[in-house]
Amino acid sequence: MSLHVIQALVLRYLFLYTRSPMRLIELIFWPVVELVIWGYLTLFIQENTTGDFPRIIVFLLGAMILWDVIFRAQQGVAISFLEDVWTRNLLNVFVAPVRTIEYLAATFCVGFLRILVTITVLGLVAGLMYSFNIFTLGWALLPFFMNLMVSGWALGMISTALILRWGQAAESLAWAVPFFIQPFIAVFYPVSAIKPEWVQTISWALPPTHVFEGMREVLKTGVFAWDKFFWAAGLNLIFLTAAGMVFFYMLTLTRRRGLLTKFATQ
Amino acid sequence: MPSPIPSEVILEARDLTREFDGVKALDKFSLKLHRGQVLGLLGANGAGKTTAMNCMLGLTLPTSGGLYAFGKELQSHRIEILRRANFSSAYTALPANLLVWQNLLVFAKIYRVPKPKERIAELLEMMEISHLHKRVTGQLSAGESTRVNLCKALLNKPELLLLDEPTASLDPDIADKVRKIVLRIRSELNCGILYTSHNMKDIEEVCDHLMFLHKGKVVMEGTPKDIVERSSSSTLEDVFIKIARDGEIVDETAKKEEVAP
Ligand SMILES: Nc1ncnc2c1ncn2[C@@H]1O[C@H](COP(=O)(O)OP(=O)(O)O)[C@@H](O)[C@H]1O
Ligand SMILES: [Mg+2]
Repeated sequence: MSLHVIQALVLRYLFLYTRSPMRLIELIFWPVVELVIWGYLTLFIQENTTGDFPRIIVFLLGAMILWDVIFRAQQGVAISFLEDVWTRNLLNVFVAPVRTIEYLAATFCVGFLRILVTITVLGLVAGLMYSFNIFTLGWALLPFFMNLMVSGWALGMISTALILRWGQAAESLAWAVPFFIQPFIAVFYPVSAIKPEWVQTISWALPPTHVFEGMREVLKTGVFAWDKFFWAAGLNLIFLTAAGMVFFYMLTLTRRRGLLTKFATQ
Repeated sequence: MPSPIPSEVILEARDLTREFDGVKALDKFSLKLHRGQVLGLLGANGAGKTTAMNCMLGLTLPTSGGLYAFGKELQSHRIEILRRANFSSAYTALPANLLVWQNLLVFAKIYRVPKPKERIAELLEMMEISHLHKRVTGQLSAGESTRVNLCKALLNKPELLLLDEPTASLDPDIADKVRKIVLRIRSELNCGILYTSHNMKDIEEVCDHLMFLHKGKVVMEGTPKDIVERSSSSTLEDVFIKIARDGEIVDETAKKEEVAP
């Protein structure tokens, strides 16, 4: 792996974002809209019911922000690839001395940067509007955050592999793939709420589930859920490796079928 | 006796075959490109020129056959080879929303060009497009973007340059400039250039050696002058049309050689 190649590719995406403000707006607009809607809904419910609601608003807003970490990391990978397809730049990149792993690493960095932007904005909005302090989660935030980012990268590679397999017609998968798993990873509700019970086995096999359950545990008890963290990290390692293998396999298959150039010049 | 220095051949294809759904886009195609040579691949639409080039860039894997650049097997030394090579095609583009200098800077960094800003300025000047430096890439005319693409292809001073129809969709004036540039690059960098085109003027002016492709097979090969003589045609265009229509051509020399004892 060579750092200067990754830097150069990241620079290309930075140029892209500075040259097209719409992309930056999109990065900020949707999460804010989502946050505002969820926030108002929670406030409304809170005012019209009695019980343990201050905690629920923390759960919901926290979950929303953390879900966005997965989604942004996944988008960083999948959309960066699509940007190269859309701009017919893919061939230039693939005939340059760029290793596939360097290309992926650059998209991972873009995912990381996208997360930083979104989280900062969401953190500020949540703080200002609902006095939700994202750091309620304390230092537990960081390891969870990293786990979710890795899950997002893995999903991003899967999305890209699927687009390689089915062509540009399948490009909406770049937005859809994270939502395939969203119902199972217990973002907004505990795993125990998932029915029928056997589906919970699937949930526990997915790394983000452990993060979201762990987050709720931290909020409830104030104690860091080490077991959840290790489960998430271990499963992530497996998922990232598997997703990477699927991606490499699809790329080779695309080369073998002679379709890489079709992608790039369509 | 030590064998002669093998470094003269910088790109070699041996019996390259590429099938798409049972149809051979390339059929036992072999080629040797020498340093300092401009080799033209000629043939009708669909003859297999782009497929040959894509295989040589490792973008498409051949069904069978071997590919070597700088004496090394292509797939197993891809990155190392690509550092010393470059490519430009009328059918690819640099990201449209970036400025010309931004695009070139990104690729200069990928190719690890020393003093990238100077090299970019030098190339823009050579292509006579210094004034386009701060323009949006997507807003350039065909002639302008072709030359920006060529700048990208020359950033790393390639020893091996693959140009797929570099003059497609250019007006005669710009096409002429591009041909002059290609010749200048060849002498300045002493690189090997593989060149595809439909444009006979291109081929006559630029190429030292020609290979006519038809349905993935090399049907004729030689210097432009040679080919015209051997096929008892008056112009290269004649030869092209004959090959495109009939797929074969009477190669007078070959015939005589066959007859000779
Ligand atoms: N990915 C592909 N799948 C199927 N057929 C292909 C593919 N790429 C090229 N071909 C076919 O291979 C043949 C040669 O195409 P190409 O190399 O592009 O020709 P040229 O560049 O000489 O015009 C054509 O018949 C084309 O349809
Ligand atoms: Mg072609």
